[in-house]
Amino acid sequence: MTVSILIFLPVIAALIVLFFKNETAKYAALTFSVVELAIAGLFLSRFVPDASVQFSTDIAWMPRLGIYFNAGIDGISMIMVLLTTLLVPLIILTTYKHQYKNAPVFYALILFMQAGLLVVFTALDGFLFYVGWEAALIPIYFICALWGGENRIRITIKFFIYTFAGSLFMLLGIIYLYLQTPEKTYDLSHFYSLNLDAHHQSWVFWAFFLAFAIKMPIFPFHTWQPDTYTEAPSAGTMMLAGIMLKMGIYGVIRWLIPNAPLGFLEWRNLALILSVIGIVYASIIAFTQNDGKRLVAYSSIAHVGLISAGIFVWTSQGIQGALIQMLSHGINIVGMFFIWDIISRRLNTRAISEMGGIAKVAPKFALAFLIIVLGTVALPLTNGFIGEFMLLNSVFQASITLVAVAGLTMIFGAVYMLRMYKKVMQGETNALTAVFADISGSELVVLSIICCLIIVIGIYPQPILHISEASVNNLIQSVNHKFAQVK
Amino acid sequence: MNTLIVISVLPILVLYLGLYKVQKALLPVTIIGLLVAAGLAVAQWNNSAQPIYHGMMLFDNFAIAFSVITIVSTILILFLSAGYFERISNHIAEYYAIILFSLAGIIVMVSFYNLTMLFIGIEIMSVSLYILAGIKKNDFASNEASLKYFLMGAFSTGFLLFGITLIYGASGSFNLEAIRNWVIEHPHGIDPMFYTGILLIIVGLCFKVGAAPFHFWTPDVYDGSPTLITAYMSTVAKTAAFAAFLRLFAACFAPLSDFWVPVLLVITIITLFIGNITALYQQSFKRMLAFSSISHAGYLLFAIVALGSSSAGSVFVYATAYSIASIIAFGVLILVSHQSGSNSFESFNGLSKKNPFLALVLTIAMLSLAGIPLTAGFIGKFFMFSGALRQYQVLLVILAVINAIISIFYYFRVIIAMYFRDADREELMVPAYYKFVLGISALATIFIGIFPAFIANLL
Repeated sequence: MTVSILIFLPVIAALIVLFFKNETAKYAALTFSVVELAIAGLFLSRFVPDASVQFSTDIAWMPRLGIYFNAGIDGISMIMVLLTTLLVPLIILTTYKHQYKNAPVFYALILFMQAGLLVVFTALDGFLFYVGWEAALIPIYFICALWGGENRIRITIKFFIYTFAGSLFMLLGIIYLYLQTPEKTYDLSHFYSLNLDAHHQSWVFWAFFLAFAIKMPIFPFHTWQPDTYTEAPSAGTMMLAGIMLKMGIYGVIRWLIPNAPLGFLEWRNLALILSVIGIVYASIIAFTQNDGKRLVAYSSIAHVGLISAGIFVWTSQGIQGALIQMLSHGINIVGMFFIWDIISRRLNTRAISEMGGIAKVAPKFALAFLIIVLGTVALPLTNGFIGEFMLLNSVFQASITLVAVAGLTMIFGAVYMLRMYKKVMQGETNALTAVFADISGSELVVLSIICCLIIVIGIYPQPILHISEASVNNLIQSVNHKFAQVK
Repeated sequence: MNTLIVISVLPILVLYLGLYKVQKALLPVTIIGLLVAAGLAVAQWNNSAQPIYHGMMLFDNFAIAFSVITIVSTILILFLSAGYFERISNHIAEYYAIILFSLAGIIVMVSFYNLTMLFIGIEIMSVSLYILAGIKKNDFASNEASLKYFLMGAFSTGFLLFGITLIYGASGSFNLEAIRNWVIEHPHGIDPMFYTGILLIIVGLCFKVGAAPFHFWTPDVYDGSPTLITAYMSTVAKTAAFAAFLRLFAACFAPLSDFWVPVLLVITIITLFIGNITALYQQSFKRMLAFSSISHAGYLLFAIVALGSSSAGSVFVYATAYSIASIIAFGVLILVSHQSGSNSFESFNGLSKKNPFLALVLTIAMLSLAGIPLTAGFIGKFFMFSGALRQYQVLLVILAVINAIISIFYYFRVIIAMYFRDADREELMVPAYYKFVLGISALATIFIGIFPAFIANLL
């Protein structure tokens, strides 16, 4: 049993879904994604939580150039695989009440993107990683551009060019590392054992950092994000915010810091400061938003800022916090965008100022919304808390000033999220919201699953932390070993 | 060698078929003949070739690989010609014959082992192309293209010939091996005449491949010529010119790379920027392809700037990817412009609604030209970047990356037009030949993108 099953099943599924009729494509897509989730569950049950790479596959691809289809799952990848395989069926289920034109193509693109994402999260070969990185971008571009909002053409090309630019520089970084290996290979473990000097590592650092900073996005590389999130169709936004931005974070953990530890040491403070600026900046802008989807988009920049700050401190607690927070953020943000999808489909607007009193007419919806808001603002006993706590604790070890500023994210987040909730849900109903129908069917299923996950992970996060613990410690030790060599 | 003989005899046969008015047989005979020629070339593979005809030609693996790819591209383009030449005039046998003549020149160009053969090959190809550019006799643009191409081409041939004579004057030979030995034996005492010769040859060849600042003929000629001929010029003829360029520099001038690399480096950078930035401003898809072909010439020059053991393989992969994608682009353009009477981007609006197949293959072609992974174009760019980084041309690669980003704008413009803009249009009838060529080419693009080892290991 190797990871190839996990990677190729969505590709085959995407091709099969293309042959379904418009109405039935979504059932096929959901079935395949649930099968994929079941397979991931099987992997999880056989997974041994030590630092080793498991279920690995290593097929010669272009052996003359040192390129192998080399992928495997360790504790860090396992979390990302769970995130991807868990969210895709949920996201497909959120589209059940939409009538998309050319639905088979839509679902095929989502499944194809899932394959690309899984390649990114499991690749152990630089070339394969890059191919997966781009293979995830093409489908989301078409999803956003074909089924997006009014300004989609201009905004999606901006998004594409931004991310494509970043990834090309990353490609140069990967080729550069390849040329430095004595055996001329793209194997990640050989990259890890390179000993370049600090100056060259700085270049490698920037080549990778650009790609990841744009994807996450970190301030000031974020300008594509709010527009794209707003214009994309809901399912596209969920794929982007729920899973795709984690490519960048995962890349930092697996590809940026271990490949260029000395370059990282040199630029760590800048990266930390940019992350923290992003938190404050995005939070302040989120305050002023009237468009609910946009508000959530900015809140995502703030949350990602905290995750990246926690990683750049490079402690085992920080990485562990980042991993569990990635999972929680994925679940919460999908829930949050789904909430806004439901609202905008019923009311044909996303303007917060026009709403109010929905809680009175739709109690089930109100409860789900409240739980998701609480998870997002990281209330204790929700899934957001443990991650943010560990991340802040980690940043605290680096600098008290930074943690003071970064900690604002929790306060800010609570303020704008609860304010949004109050304005939308509480107060008196108006002509627009009085006829708001409560959730039912697929909506109820999705939101129930999300709410359960928020609470379960919030109360008992230990199993998830346990999956990645050994791998994280191992990674931290090997990088710290390189730091020590320099000193 | 057998390949060359077959391709030289074939056009004469085709001319006779035309004389006896066997119009129906022209295309099948041509294609079967070309397949035989390609088969004969493949049979020679790995046969440790020796120079033939008193050292005039060498049919080594390099020559075989490039012969086969040019022949295959020609076959694909000829499939697109079904019904195309008939719309221009009744003398279609001549058109097939001239294309085949130019292909004979191309076979000489990729297998020369003596500078005179290089010159003869280029001339056979070019003279045929001058005629082909002007086959629409009543069309003003076609006439202009032909005349312009002829004047500029003749001019550049002069440079090339002058360069060759200076090389001969310094080294005393036209033979590649003799010239290389002469260079190696005189590491310090190389005549300035020899250096001048290299520069003049660079000028002459840059004209032929359409590299800036010697690119001024390209847009007008590509735009004015009949689209099918443009497809032929920008794929087959360009591939051949690059093969000749690389063969000459790898064989003779490699030891002097300190002298000519800076020159070519500047040419490469200018070519990339001029091609890309001008392509941004085009309103006509055909003209955009002309400028993008200039920028692709820039990427192809990478292999010569960063000359090394992998250069031949890089050029081969890149040229293959570029040729296949261009054939798709021109093929779809022929159909669309025949329907709408215009080459503009607007004429592609809403194509995906009525002709999803055409829109899909053109999208694959554009993604390949833009160098997106899982297409052949990415593998080509990847090889070029790797090769250049291996020679520490970091600045060049960074500039190339910027250019790759710029190119997204204009390649995606047509994708946006096809998928995201609406227009009232009739469904296009796609002839079976076109379906075959476009489908095969799109599949090949993806296949090479996923299994690059298939062609990357050849050279």
